[in-house]
Amino acid sequence: MAIEVRIPTILRTYTEGSKSVDGSGTTLSEVIEHLDSNHPGIKDRLVEAKDGDLDLRRFINVYVNDEDVRFTGGLDTSVSDGDQVVVLPAVAGG
Amino acid sequence: MLSIDRTTYDAIVAHAKKDHPDEACGVVAGPEGSDRPERFVPMTNAARSPTFYEFDPADLLSLYREMDARDEEPVVVYHSHTSTEAYPSRTDIGLAMEPNAHYVLVSTREHGNSEGPVEFRSYKIVDGEVTEEDVAVVQPAEAPKE
Repeated sequence: MAIEVRIPTILRTYTEGSKSVDGSGTTLSEVIEHLDSNHPGIKDRLVEAKDGDLDLRRFINVYVNDEDVRFTGGLDTSVSDGDQVVVLPAVAGG
Repeated sequence: MLSIDRTTYDAIVAHAKKDHPDEACGVVAGPEGSDRPERFVPMTNAARSPTFYEFDPADLLSLYREMDARDEEPVVVYHSHTSTEAYPSRTDIGLAMEPNAHYVLVSTREHGNSEGPVEFRSYKIVDGEVTEEDVAVVQPAEAPKE
């Protein structure tokens, strides 16, 4: 069984229009690396360098099995087969 | 052009007035690809700020799950400006992530929480480019007779 990664509308240009793609990895970082190897460029839309380390972009929300990863270890959040990863850009502005 | 029914239009305006001086925000969902804003969903501004809005991340997930289950999309994404005109700010433009949505801006700067007209304007925001569009307020579809 794979990991299901749900892709938001704005990033479906990277997934040939797919709403959902298969993921692989044991942490969110690995899932994103794997995603980027299949859909080059998508990683850069999700993460950025902060103080020398990669971190999720401020206005990108990622949930593993409905838990916001900001509360479960961010990019180090554990992921296993059968999990669902949902990516949602913040709806925000000024 | 954005075509929106009177009931939904009034609900957006009422929400903006109620939350003034903080920014109010929400969506109007509709069937995917229909361009029909049908289901008014006011959201909590997690920032509770007069100059910023952000859907609470947990509420955001619930909203998108619900729309997914109903084959809907956010046809309208609305928020208010409480001391400036109803035009997308630089932040609004930078963070606009729904290329298919009508971004509705309501300004409550004139009358705040009180009765009185508001500015109600709609835009497409795609790749940082803002295009204003006309807003047509139509009568609500009649409820089916019993």
